[in-house]
Amino acid sequence: MAVSHLTPQLTRGGLSRGRKSKNALMGVMIGLGTALVVAPLILIFGFLLIKGVGALNLDFFLKNPAPEGEAGGGWANAITGSLLILAMAAVLGVVVGVAGGIFLAEFPRHRLMPTIRMLSDVLSGIPAIVMGLVVYALVVKPMGHFSAMAGGIALGLLMVPIVVRTTEEVLKLVPLSVREAGLALGLPQWKVILSIVLPAASGGIITGLMLALARVAGEAAPLLFTAFGSNLVNLNPLQPTSALPLQIYIGATSAYDENQRLAQAGALLLITLIFVTSLLARFANRPRR
Amino acid sequence: MTQLLTASNVDIYYGSKQAVKQVNLNVEKGSVNALIGPSGCGKTTFLRAINRMHDLTPGARVEGQILLDGQDIYSSGIDPVEVRRRVGMVFQKPNPFPTMSVFDNVVSGLKLAGMRDQRALMEIAERSLRGGALWDEVKDRLKSPATGLSGGQQQRLCIARALAVEPEILLMDEPTSALDPASTAKIEDLMTELKKVTTIIIVTHNMHQAARVSDTTSFFLNGDLVEHGQTDQIFTSPRDERTEAYVTGRFG
Repeated sequence: MAVSHLTPQLTRGGLSRGRKSKNALMGVMIGLGTALVVAPLILIFGFLLIKGVGALNLDFFLKNPAPEGEAGGGWANAITGSLLILAMAAVLGVVVGVAGGIFLAEFPRHRLMPTIRMLSDVLSGIPAIVMGLVVYALVVKPMGHFSAMAGGIALGLLMVPIVVRTTEEVLKLVPLSVREAGLALGLPQWKVILSIVLPAASGGIITGLMLALARVAGEAAPLLFTAFGSNLVNLNPLQPTSALPLQIYIGATSAYDENQRLAQAGALLLITLIFVTSLLARFANRPRR
Repeated sequence: MTQLLTASNVDIYYGSKQAVKQVNLNVEKGSVNALIGPSGCGKTTFLRAINRMHDLTPGARVEGQILLDGQDIYSSGIDPVEVRRRVGMVFQKPNPFPTMSVFDNVVSGLKLAGMRDQRALMEIAERSLRGGALWDEVKDRLKSPATGLSGGQQQRLCIARALAVEPEILLMDEPTSALDPASTAKIEDLMTELKKVTTIIIVTHNMHQAARVSDTTSFFLNGDLVEHGQTDQIFTSPRDERTEAYVTGRFG
């Protein structure tokens, strides 16, 4: 070491006795902790890859499920259903979530602000299954039947608090001086927020949206009482529709090996989608040149 | 000369703390006016009152009258957005809009207010960038991000952006304090040109800058406007001993 010849007494014995072994011990513990965090993901991913990748063929994407007990069939119903439901959830999550985030970040002195902030926090703690029941009561009951739209609303409402929070956080990162510059040009506040502040925060907002989507994409519980499920591809938002988590639930609890294999393939697809979404979220949040 | 701006008995408070006390000031059209004084003397607070920037600060309160062309900008029924349209501002640190190109930054005040005529916007962009002494440096990269410019260029871009909406008054809050001497010199040269098209009120910590660029100088201390007069007079024969002490560098 560069300093050892100057201060040999500091490198051996005295206070540093045991320091190196403590340091090594801590290093090992941190490494073990990290491994524990990553291990479940690797184990799940590996398990699904081994079990499920065989069933991930063209039929899986193009065919509807075969009748119970018959070989073949695919999950076209669940894949299209998940996309449909998530698209509707994303619209609801963005519109309500970004609006809420703007309110919390840009109008901190509004008298309703503390209430909205608290309600948003409470909303984020509501169990997904309760959200499904709420949407069942508010949407499914009055309509008289299950629908993809009800599923989209349930997932969208689950996204709202996540999007609100991330939007608020990234808007607060936009310097006050940028807002002042806009106002000093004689622009009204709403114009400054929508045309100057929001674009400056768009990367972070997109990241938040992607993470929220990834979070709700795997929810089965709220879809049980809302989208319900279907054995056919359905693109009508007003009709019952399948989704990946619902189909996984059906397949995994089935007595037939064939269905279980499809469920493993479906789980692999879902996790891959969530993984890719999270990667895209990171990509969107890269600092601009 | 006509009085463009008249401040009478202006008091400004932050909560219960009074930051500016009974300030009276006249500003003539087409002049450069420097506000000087030590940190915390109220000069920036006073400057920000002229385009109602304090509306955004919680607890800030402005009393008294500030007349712009004879109209009190603080009377009820006056739209602060309209006031800011007529009284532009350049800030201490360059603050170009981060997601916009050089061109979009310059014309943002007009474009976001609804102006769509591309040719007119281009003409205004060129005129404003020439006004900000930046045209020759950026004419080949109008479409590139404004954040790619140097600090001094960014500040001149902010000046051009403020000029594009043709303000009657341009407020400058220590516009060169974050810049190197070369960029500072460019902006000082610019001010003499700018007073042909607008009226400038500049807050500066740099007394040499005040002496170089301004026609009148106002010396603030502890929220009071101690002395106001022609810049020559303030720097060569100040009437108040506190002004003399400050301009000769004995404090602040």
